[in-house]
Amino acid sequence: MEQEAKYPTEKLKCWQKAKDIRMKFYQDYVEAHDKGGLRWAGGAWTFDAIPAGLGDDVYPITSEPYSATIAFDKKLSLECMEATEVKGYPRDLCSYMRNYWGSIITDKFAFGYKDGEFVPRFQGAKPIGFPKPDFIWQDHICCSHAKWYQVVSDLEGGIPMYTVDNAVGPSHELTDSKIKYVVEQLKDGIKFLEKTTKRDYDDELLYKAIRNHFVSTSKWAEACALNKAIPAPLDEKSIYSLYVLGTLQKAGKQVADFYEKDLLPEVQDRVKRGIAAVPNESFRVMSDTQPPWSFLSIFRYLEKFGCVSIGSLYTFGLIGQWEVKKDGTWGAKTIPNMEFSSRDQALYEYVKYELHKPEWQHFYSCHFKSDLMIRIAKEWKLSGVMLHYNRGCEGLTVGIAENRLALLDAGFPVMAFEGNNADEREFDEARTKAKINAFMETLGAK
Amino acid sequence: MGYFCTYVPEEILYAAGVLPVRILGSHEPQDLTEPHIFAMFCPFCRDCLAQGLKNRYKYLDGLMIAQSCLHIRQAYTSWIKHRPVEFSKFLCMPHKVQSPHAYEFLTEEYKTFKNEVEDWMGKKITDKDLKNAIEVYNENRRLMRKLYELRKRDIPPITGEQVMEVVMAMQMTDKAEHNKMLKDLLKKLENHTPDRETGSRLMILGSEDDDTVFMNMVESCGATFVIDDHCTGSRYFWNEVENGKDLLSSIASRYIDRIPCPTKDWEERKRIPHILKLCKDWNVDGAIIMQQKFCDPHELEFVSIKKALEDAGVPTLFLEFDVTVPIGQFKIRVEAFLEMIGEEDLF
Repeated sequence: MEQEAKYPTEKLKCWQKAKDIRMKFYQDYVEAHDKGGLRWAGGAWTFDAIPAGLGDDVYPITSEPYSATIAFDKKLSLECMEATEVKGYPRDLCSYMRNYWGSIITDKFAFGYKDGEFVPRFQGAKPIGFPKPDFIWQDHICCSHAKWYQVVSDLEGGIPMYTVDNAVGPSHELTDSKIKYVVEQLKDGIKFLEKTTKRDYDDELLYKAIRNHFVSTSKWAEACALNKAIPAPLDEKSIYSLYVLGTLQKAGKQVADFYEKDLLPEVQDRVKRGIAAVPNESFRVMSDTQPPWSFLSIFRYLEKFGCVSIGSLYTFGLIGQWEVKKDGTWGAKTIPNMEFSSRDQALYEYVKYELHKPEWQHFYSCHFKSDLMIRIAKEWKLSGVMLHYNRGCEGLTVGIAENRLALLDAGFPVMAFEGNNADEREFDEARTKAKINAFMETLGAK
Repeated sequence: MGYFCTYVPEEILYAAGVLPVRILGSHEPQDLTEPHIFAMFCPFCRDCLAQGLKNRYKYLDGLMIAQSCLHIRQAYTSWIKHRPVEFSKFLCMPHKVQSPHAYEFLTEEYKTFKNEVEDWMGKKITDKDLKNAIEVYNENRRLMRKLYELRKRDIPPITGEQVMEVVMAMQMTDKAEHNKMLKDLLKKLENHTPDRETGSRLMILGSEDDDTVFMNMVESCGATFVIDDHCTGSRYFWNEVENGKDLLSSIASRYIDRIPCPTKDWEERKRIPHILKLCKDWNVDGAIIMQQKFCDPHELEFVSIKKALEDAGVPTLFLEFDVTVPIGQFKIRVEAFLEMIGEEDLF
């Protein structure tokens, strides 16, 4: 099954920088109070440009990527899961949420210091407790989002909390009223932030953060679109380490700059030079939903068959913003070319732009997602699709069975495997590899 | 019109001459939905979809849902794809009902919805139609509150199982007809003393629940359900449409201000004080917290509800439901629970 290299390959030059940005993100959060700053908690989808208006020393922790980090640390994850279960919460709830709650309950943070260096706990960091956020800034489209932080607030003995309802319907049905509903909530949210933090709000910082947001989300999509090339310049296992920056702080300058000035030019260069992520690329697949974070090795296992997972609607559209181009293909959303002159106008543009997020559309109908997946399957020239029936995230798994039927109808072979993004007890590695073996055989791999 | 969630503004449909019929399951094991819904989604949503796939609601002309939980939403989206109907609608009910901006947003959504219904039905919905619908629905709610008031008696004249039947009928029949029958029922119950012991006074709360077999089992063990917090119970009818600036915004206020489903009960948990008040006013001895397996919104609530109830001195029993329940095993647990809360009487 090992195959000869067909294409040249090389490591990503920006890899270390991506890792550094990620580590600094967590370190900034931990050390925020030492520098007189503030720290806040919220989901990866939250409108993070809003708290940015409180100052340059306001640092977030986003729940999903933090919980995925815990999931990668199997020992800590198990402790967190069990602590959450002892408190009475069922184990079929969102596994990110359970890791996150467990980290609070056990008061074990997934990072710490080793010989003065900030490193993950599994790399031998001296244990530190979970740094309590000063406020919660969340959004809500999935049943668990706002409820997640109600429990966080309970566990922490009460934290001021504000949540924005962004579930106003699919992007093709957007109206002025729908946009305004979200905008008005953001305006109330700003008042909440001012009251909670006793700081004055700076609209100029807001404008900068929104612009960063536009750049991060558009440039990430542009990099993903380059994966239409054969050979694919990026493989999904690497994509996971790159898209995560957008889930940490998409309105942060460091993320926008990284995507625009580091990642995108490098991927463009790889395409130009025919550099492959997987040198024996013969088959191209995509996945769906979060992967089982403790078992990313299954993506390397695919490579033994000459199979590259080029990404997914999840990795492309969780943070990336897209649009249909003039030639009918899917490409990066055009960055709005405008100056912001008022808070109202900036918020309106921000919301109008963000409500097009591809990964929000299936919350209204799984069939919208099927259409997007079929589009990716065609434009990224796929041989098949691997669907992760993810027990750990119902928000992204809603409709997955219908997606499977639609992909099959469209002529794409589909392999479904069951697992859990963040609860390793619910993933059977051997069985999944056996499924991959059979799937690769049907695709024609030898 | 089949509807999937009690956040659907039935008044608008009724005003258009459309009969809203709630989609419920059959409590029969089935294997039809496996290719359509991931098996770890709640059994209720799968049971509902199964009814559609089996063509058991073939008489429906339309199907709709108001935005609530993800699971039931998928039952709706799968149904309309595989069993298309003449009219279908996903109504964008806001989640943040605690936001002051939800009223205006929902009113605008209703305007669009009203136009769509008018186009479908080929006639205008007049203010007179809407007023009449509101009146019929409000009367229904008032009558139901009267029925629930009777359950405060030391010897409630009606069982929880019977009330559940009344509510289910309410969700499927013409409210004007239901009102007529309710009035008759109230008259009959006025001086009625049932030929049964009341036993322990219980509350039942949690996910969607129309399991009359379970209710019957509990009430045959020396207990009576005197109050509930279910969408197939009090949550469905507790508040009325009140006069607002216009008819649609008045209806919108009613659905925003209603006792919330946990999907919408944030940031503040407003259901808890309501539940505690129900326990006090209906003089409850204990509460059964039931939930559909895999029902996330309720799973996210019951820990805090259980604590609040127990802090208030109301013992609780937690049971996880499926489409069919293990009645024998549950009976043992219910009997033990009743024995526990009746301990003071024993000694």
